[in-house]
Amino acid sequence: MTEPSVTHPYTPQQELPDHPVPVMQTRSLNVFYGGFHAVHDVDLAFGHHEITALIGPSGCGKSTVLRCLNRMNDLVPSARVEGEVLYHDQDVYAPSVDPIEVRRHIGMVFQKANPFPKSIYDNVAYGPRVTGMKVDSMDDHVERCLRGAALWDEVKDKLKESGYSLSGGQQQRLCIARAIATEPDVILMDEPCSALDPIATAAIEDLMLQLREQYTIVIVTHNMQQAARVSDRTAFFTARPDETTGNRTGLLVEFDKTSTIFENPSDQRTEDYISGRFG
Amino acid sequence: MNGANRVAVAGARRTTELRLDGSGRGGRWKGEVFRALLIFCLVIAFVTLLAVIVQASVRGMPRIDLNLITQMPSTLDRETSGMQSAIFGTIYVMVGLIVTVVPIGVSAAIFLEEFADGTKWWVRFIELNVQNLAAVPSIVFGILGLAFIVRGPLDLGTVAYAGSLTLALLVLPTVILASREAIRAVPTSLRQASLGLGATKWQTIWHHVLPSAVPGIVTGTILALSRAIGETAPLLLVGATVFVTYNPDGFFEGAYTVLPVQIFQWAVRPQEEFRILAAAGIILLLAVLLVMNSIAIWIRNKYTRDA
Repeated sequence: MTEPSVTHPYTPQQELPDHPVPVMQTRSLNVFYGGFHAVHDVDLAFGHHEITALIGPSGCGKSTVLRCLNRMNDLVPSARVEGEVLYHDQDVYAPSVDPIEVRRHIGMVFQKANPFPKSIYDNVAYGPRVTGMKVDSMDDHVERCLRGAALWDEVKDKLKESGYSLSGGQQQRLCIARAIATEPDVILMDEPCSALDPIATAAIEDLMLQLREQYTIVIVTHNMQQAARVSDRTAFFTARPDETTGNRTGLLVEFDKTSTIFENPSDQRTEDYISGRFG
Repeated sequence: MNGANRVAVAGARRTTELRLDGSGRGGRWKGEVFRALLIFCLVIAFVTLLAVIVQASVRGMPRIDLNLITQMPSTLDRETSGMQSAIFGTIYVMVGLIVTVVPIGVSAAIFLEEFADGTKWWVRFIELNVQNLAAVPSIVFGILGLAFIVRGPLDLGTVAYAGSLTLALLVLPTVILASREAIRAVPTSLRQASLGLGATKWQTIWHHVLPSAVPGIVTGTILALSRAIGETAPLLLVGATVFVTYNPDGFFEGAYTVLPVQIFQWAVRPQEEFRILAAAGIILLLAVLLVMNSIAIWIRNKYTRDA
């Protein structure tokens, strides 16, 4: 095996259990867009206060799986989900569940930083305001969230300025501050660093490791080094072309501790991808 | 409609691409001819506009005075006759039009863009008919207004608001189409950010989509209104045809007339004074139109720069 010699530079605060203590789970998750079968039979468990990375080549369905976790796929009119997505043993796709409520508990950070065209303060305060969250002092809450996103020192003197006035990396941290302002349990990150330079990326990665103390994090990334650097567990996806239509259906190949995936994968396809022979 | 538009756009793009390809025989020569043809068309449009303005200005200049806006129309005092009743009538009709067409048009646009499932046949049917409605001759709306608004079910009589409603039908498609364009231009990432925080669909539209779309909606609406302000034909059928020498009593009472109809009233009279008055009225109407269009362009440029 050609080896990219990955070591985990951060030691988790405690020994990683062999199996995750799940906050969220997917069971036989299948996703269709119209007649197109996008994701096939995914079973995953996202451990309490762990960072789980979803990696794999383009079109393998990792972003689709991520977007199922807080029902963002509902926004695609033709999308259909089969199987279960459990959040603390509650199926988020059960008919009685309000997707709005799901998204209040499971926050999301997008690929491209998308602050609102409002002030930095209002960006952070928006979530608590619209969800009717009770906070003693909004000023304190905004400060706490901006500190939580390691942005406070850079913006404390210009809270009234537009979120657009910040740099790309700062905007992404503002989006993280905005996401934690509704006090979610789980934070989903869809390639949060793909548009950032290495320094801004390093800042976000440090932030993720801090956030792990309080949140369960799921991150989709194209960057294998990033997965190796920050995640506790890694799920490797690949795409299988349909023999008749040629449509590529995503499936989960292997899910294990990150160190195992990168150093001793049990599936040949994972090893090929990790060692750069494919994808 | 949408499909046809897409085909037209795709066709136009392909034509441009082929054009830019420049590998065809005599490509450059043909390009020059085509360019000249386009400039020629532009010149025709511009010269026509200039001719109208110059001709009206030269003829109407003697009557560009305060009397034009402070005096009522009169057939007796030819020298001092004005068009105050028409100015007030136009203001009443336009105010009634704005408060009617903006809420309906913007709501329809929000529904079609944010809620309607474009794959359903009835949504496509509505979209198709909104576009068809934009192509209906204005006189047809006048007849419709006479039958259903002045008489018939609504039975308003020949009042200013009947004119407003008739014009509302006329410009509704334009307002809907412009508002849809503006709403569609709001980036999806903004909607996702809001929904991802647990905001409801309505909160997302109200807090993010509409504020971002307002400049586009305002621009489109002003352009639609500037079409309505110059309309004569449909209003002739819903009451603006009479020669009124007093201002409307309100939106729902009293006879009314509007600027283009008043201009028409004067232009058909044989006396020279009235013809001059008609020319002066044309200058006034054109000035209002140009101001409205300038405001629309100003708003568009301002927000394009800021964005």
